[in-house]
Order: sequence, then C-alpha cells, then structure tokens
Amino acid sequence: MPTLAGDVQAVLADEKVHFQYQEVAAVIADNRYIAADALDLVEVEYEPLPVIVDPHRSMDADAPILREDVVKKDKVGQGPRKHANHIFTWAVGDKEGTDRALASADVVVKEDMLYPRVHPSPLETCGCVASFDKIKGNLTVYITSQAPHIVRTVVSILSGVPESKIRIISPDIGGGFGNKVGVYPSYVTAIVASIVLGRPIKWIEDRMEHLSTTAWARDYHMTGELAADKDGKIKALKVKVLADHGAFNSHAQPTKWPAGLFSVCTGSYQVPVAHVNVDGVYTNKAPGGVAYRCSFRVAEAVYLIERMMDILSQKLGIDKAEIRSRNFIQAEQFPYKTSLGWELDSGDYPTALKKVLDAVDYAGLRKEQAEKRAQGELMGIGLVTFTEIVGAEPSKACDVLGVGMFESAEIRVHPTGSVMARMGTISTGQAHETTYAQIIATELGLPSEEITIEEGDTDTAPYGLGTYGSRSTPVGGAATAVAARKVRAKAKKIAAHLLEVSEDDLDWEIDRFKVKGVPGQEKTMKEIAWAAYNNVPEGMEMGLEAVDYYDPPNFTYPYGVYLSVVDIDKFTGEVKVRRFYALDDCGTRINPMIIEGQIHGGLTEGFAVAMGQEMPFDEEGNLLGNTFMDYFIPSFVETPQWETDFTVTPSPHHPLGAKGVAESPHVGSIPCFTSAVVDAFAHLGVTHMDLPHTAQKVWKKIHELGLDKRD
Amino acid sequence: MIKKKISFKLNEQEVEVEVETRELLAHVIREQLGKTGTHIGCDTSHCGVCTVDLNGNSVKSCTILAVQADGGEVMTVEGLATNGELHPLQQAFIQDHGLQCGFCTPGMLIRSYRLLQENPSPTEEEIRVGLSGNLCRCTGYQNIVKAVKTAAEKM
Repeated sequence: MPTLAGDVQAVLADEKVHFQYQEVAAVIADNRYIAADALDLVEVEYEPLPVIVDPHRSMDADAPILREDVVKKDKVGQGPRKHANHIFTWAVGDKEGTDRALASADVVVKEDMLYPRVHPSPLETCGCVASFDKIKGNLTVYITSQAPHIVRTVVSILSGVPESKIRIISPDIGGGFGNKVGVYPSYVTAIVASIVLGRPIKWIEDRMEHLSTTAWARDYHMTGELAADKDGKIKALKVKVLADHGAFNSHAQPTKWPAGLFSVCTGSYQVPVAHVNVDGVYTNKAPGGVAYRCSFRVAEAVYLIERMMDILSQKLGIDKAEIRSRNFIQAEQFPYKTSLGWELDSGDYPTALKKVLDAVDYAGLRKEQAEKRAQGELMGIGLVTFTEIVGAEPSKACDVLGVGMFESAEIRVHPTGSVMARMGTISTGQAHETTYAQIIATELGLPSEEITIEEGDTDTAPYGLGTYGSRSTPVGGAATAVAARKVRAKAKKIAAHLLEVSEDDLDWEIDRFKVKGVPGQEKTMKEIAWAAYNNVPEGMEMGLEAVDYYDPPNFTYPYGVYLSVVDIDKFTGEVKVRRFYALDDCGTRINPMIIEGQIHGGLTEGFAVAMGQEMPFDEEGNLLGNTFMDYFIPSFVETPQWETDFTVTPSPHHPLGAKGVAESPHVGSIPCFTSAVVDAFAHLGVTHMDLPHTAQKVWKKIHELGLDKRD
Repeated sequence: MIKKKISFKLNEQEVEVEVETRELLAHVIREQLGKTGTHIGCDTSHCGVCTVDLNGNSVKSCTILAVQADGGEVMTVEGLATNGELHPLQQAFIQDHGLQCGFCTPGMLIRSYRLLQENPSPTEEEIRVGLSGNLCRCTGYQNIVKAVKTAAEKM
C-alpha cells in the first residue's frame, strides 16, 4: 500500500519481513478467543537475514540492502537517494554563510544528542470495524482516526470504491497524540476482509501490537553547532540530523516536508545565518516518525536549540536566563523572518521570561543551589524559552497527498435559533465541542447549550484534514469564526430589512442588532433566525447557514517560558521534580479551563518522555519492552504538581488571535527537564545528558563522577 | 471449549450468562452483557481502564476470569448513576474538568467510588496513592485529584 510519505508499505509481509512483529498473516474468526486459537495454527518459518538496527550503519558500503523492492527507485517520496538504504536528504539555509560564520566566531559549541524513539501510546489502542455492503457497494468504517477525511481519500484510492460510497466514522476516541493520523496495514486488512466476506470485520489491537507496530515518534540523531561572540550573541547555527525512519517511509508529514517543520530550530532567538541537513534512512524497525503531541518534528527542533543555548551558556559562563535574553527576538521585531524562512507572527519573550523569573525567585534558587553544591548535594534548575510552530496550515506550504491543509466549518442556524455545526477536525479529548460552541455563541449571540458540534463522520462533516499539529484552534477555530461571521453578515441584512433601515444604521450588541440612536428598535439573533425562514429581503435566499474552508495566511507561533527545579539522590540517581512552573502564551485564550487541562496533560507527557520513555532494541532488532511493564507511563504518584501561568500576545492573522496550546507543554517541558538534570552536574563540567533521565542512567553519571562515595 | 453458566449481580440486576471458562470478565461484561463503559487498555493490569467493583473490591476485569464473578456482585461505571441522576463523582469530574478523551474515566470513577467508600475524606496524597493503579494520558491527574476531593466533600 502507498504511504503518506510516498513510499510503499507491505500490508502483510510477502517473502521478506522487515521488522519484528511485522504483520504476516490475518485470521478472521467469530470472536477473539477463536481467532487466538486459529492464530496458533499459523506456522511461519523465518530464515534469519542480516539486519540494521543502528541508523549510523544504514549507509555503510557493506550494509545489507533492506528494501529490494525500491532499490532501483531514485526517490521514495523525496529524493535523490545516495544509497540503497537512504530515503532522502533535506537541506535548508545558507551552508557557506553558516560555515564562514562558524569559522570566524569567538566561540563555537558542538553537541551530539539523541532524541530517542518514543511511542505516543494513547490509552485506547488502534482499531476499526469495516463493513462493506455488497448489494449497495457502500463501505462504512468505524475507526480510531485523527484524520477521517484523509482516511476516506486513501481508502478510495486503494480500494477503487468511490469516495461518495465510503463513510468513515471516527467516534469518541481514546486519545491520539499523533499515533492515530496514519493508515495502518490492519485497517486495510479489515476492509479487504469485509469486502471479500461481505460481513462487518472488527480489528482491535492489544497493547503489545500497538507499541510494536504502530507509529512511534522522534528517533532523531542530531548534531548541533552554535557559534557566538564572547558576549554570547549568536552568530550562526548548523544542524545535522540522521533520522531513523524504520523499514518503510511512512512518517506523517506534509508532503513537501520530509523533516517536517524542523527548520523552526532557530527558536526564539536572532540567528543571523543557519543551515540544517537531514538524512532519512531505513533500518529494520517498525515504520513511523509521527509527531507525538507536537507539530511535525517541532519537539526535536525545540529540544535542539534549547539544549544548544544551555551549552553555550555554560561555555561562556553566562547564566542561562541572561544568554537567552541577549538573543531574544524583541517584541517590536514581529513579524520576524527567521534565517531559515519562517515568519514568526507575534511574541513578547522578555516579558514572559521576567514574569517567570520573578514568580519563582530565580536569584533565590541560584543562591540555594550554590549552598547545596557546597554541601555536595545535587540540585538542578532547568529553563527553556521556546517557540513552537503549529496549525499546519497554509495550503501553499502544506498538503497531504495533494490536498491542501485547510480546515472547515459548517454552521446551520435553525428557525428557533438553535445551531448544528460540523467541522473537519476531530476531538481526541481536546473538548472541541466546548471551544467551538463557545466561538459560535460569542460570534452569534446564541446560547452555547443550544449549539451542537459534530465531527468525525465523513458523510455529514465538511472535508477537513483532521486534528494533529495543534491545528484545531488555529485552523478549525478560524474556520468556525469565519463561518459564524458569514452567518452574522447575512443576519445583519435580514435585520436591516425587518427594521426598515440600512445596514449602516445597525450596531451589533452581544446577541442583537440595534438601530443606532433609537432605543428599543432592535432584532435579536433568535428573531432574525425565525425571519430567515419566512421573511427575507427580496432577492435573498432563505435559510441561515454558512460554510468556510479556511486556508490561513501563516502558521501560528505559540511560545512559553518553563522553569523546573529538581533534586537528585546521589546514591540512587532518582530525580525528584520539586517544582515546575509553566508560562504559556497561546495568544487569545478562548477557554481557560480547557487550556489549563491541555497544559497539565502536555506537561505530564513531556515528563514521561524526559524521565523514562524509550523503545530500546537489541542488536538483532528485537524490541526490548513493548508492554506497560517496561514502557513508562507515569501514574498519579510520580507525576509532579504543575504550576501554570500565562501572558497573552494575540496572533495578528488569526480571526480570534488564538494560536493553539496543546502541544507547547510537551515540546517545551522535555528540554526543560534535561536542562534541570544537566544543571545539577553543570558545575562538574557536564554539558549534556541524553534522554530519558532514568534513575539508572543518572546514577551512572553520578558514579562516573565519583559523587556516590559514602564517607 | 468448556462452557459454564454463571450468574452474578451486575449493577444490582441479576444476570445469567454462559461463558467459556477461559473468558475474561472484561470481555464478558463488554461483549456478552453489552456494558461497554468498561474499557480495555493494556492487557497487563497496569492501566486500570478495565477497573470494576467486585464484591466490594476494585479489580482489574481484564485480569480475572468471568467465572470468578459467579455468585458475586459486580458494579461497573453504568451502575453509578441512580434514577437518571449522575453520581457526585461523575458531576465532579465534569465540573472540575477531570476528563479529556474519557477512555480512562470509567475506571477512574469506579476506583474513586471504592476509595471514597474506604476513606470518605482522603488527603491529596491518599487520593494519589489510592488511584495509582489507574493511568491517564490526557489530564496530568491534577484535575482528577481535584474532582475526587470535590466529590468527597459533597458525599
């Protein structure tokens, strides 16, 4: 089957299995117990072949060829390829200028860092029920998908069934976090089985299958070089990345962006010149490379630049808050064009940083740390001042399979003033029903309890690209606001007609149009809704509804300042998070309770990645740990208490000024934890420690430094 | 495969069902008795989304056999509301934004119900320890703790 990234992927392995747990056969049975019995009857003889587990070996001259099926292709999605196991090279920026700046700078810091392979692992695994009606030729698929409309398009292309005869229903789904964007082999198997058998076929993963075969994230092997003058002013940034994509190139990125939006890695800082080079390679591991609660490869980008800022701060002996301040893009410089081509929409970083440093008494913390260090104790302070890029968006920049990344909303106001609204996005727990209803209620002055929001059914919702990359508020929310304004514009014409005045004579107030200067002369939105179905101006069509396909002019750039304090037990290596203070600026805040909830959740997922999540493999490519016994999901007990704060710097191009928020806390907190853990050892010359910061790994560092000697 | 007829009280209603002796309680509750509020998330009894109340104890229904419930009393999330009125815990989860995707919520509710039976006014620490067998990927737990406290005050 074709992948979203332009490669082909086996539905069931034919001749060659490319990774452990790859699907080789399917059993259809009346229930799960019979299916499990039947599975025992399937015998597969595997003949061992040489494997590549370490991506650094993928392009060796004597490396085994992993994909004979594409060996002659000069590109699999993006090209050209320079080795049979090479997928793409993607480079951006001014290479010569960057090299020149690096050669002439006062100081250059360089660090290799691995962002390990992690899995989004929503609590509900993937699954579907496919039901093909042989008589009508209709296919209905209930599926755990973050992008049901794209699934419909893919299924139509694969099956030859017209899109109009395919109905994809993504009902309430149990979390996604990027894992439920793609189309998996087992969905295809279930659909084919239903077409062949003419019966509904249900496929539900177990957790082991989920962790072993569905889309994981990261696996970026990064080298950063940051050049600066002696005062810490940045001169250049150079980044090289080796990306392990597994056995098939099936990462979920906008088509033209094989490394996603990674080039936003200049962060919140003025970086005069930069260059990024990313090579993607095949290995004998499950395919993936999705955005785990982040926009495409933005977690990796933010991690890189925030780590490099810390390392530069250590090299120059300039405090990490101070060095960030010296390099911030200033409020008056927005919109700011970065050296790698992005136009940051708005921000006020110095204000946000000052607010956080004051709130936690940064000077006091540093004093306490100095005292602790004198006593031989390990205390670390982490700081990040990150900028995200979200809302994968402008169709001129982004598409999936050629479909531009717009978003849609359709609003119908009924005669009695209640509203049915449908969107192309799909909530996986972000409370779209509340946020969208609130937008409509505010724009139209109709009560939110009479507004019904529906998503996820491709038969009824307008086409949309789905929910991931913090798209819902930046793009879907914008479509909702614009559609509501179209409704209001028509309502205004009806009001003018009813009141026998010109539109210019009307003022809008909360839920009604009023004639200027004539108290009592007014029509409420409910009255207008009724009139829309019986008394409209001549020449106007009846009804009160609007659709908007919103194609935004730019991405949005939410940002945050996070500060963490950790205490490390020098005999066990256990990292205790004493404090975590998160200030987010997501522009206009539509529903503060929902925003807070998203931040708590994102921080907790960031904590999971920073402190324990990884997918380790042995040298034969066996995944060492694919259940919750091994894969870290923090519980009530480990999870820190979160303190949240905010500033508000609206996006100038979003109809409501909103920027999106759910991903910032994940993206921002991970380097903040690393910053804190490394900071605990900074006085001993340690500049970087790779994720995750498990007690075992931290203890190894302590032991290596000889800090665990008992008197 | 050996089948056995079992009966137990499910949300105060007597039910009788024929099961294979190897069938898990979670599967029988969901697939034979149609109570799909009880979810399945991990198969290794770590995540707790399958938590039900069996004879006054919180149990992970993906890790016990249906036959073990024979003659017992089972309560699932569907049994919390009475006469169309949500249980104070359910109301508190809504009010305090204690759920997002909702997949862990049935397990959280039914475990919180038992926790509050055992300890009607738990401290934050007691709530966190008491619910530590139930995982959530969305909320960061803070608002669940808050909701359980709110419910405890109202019960």
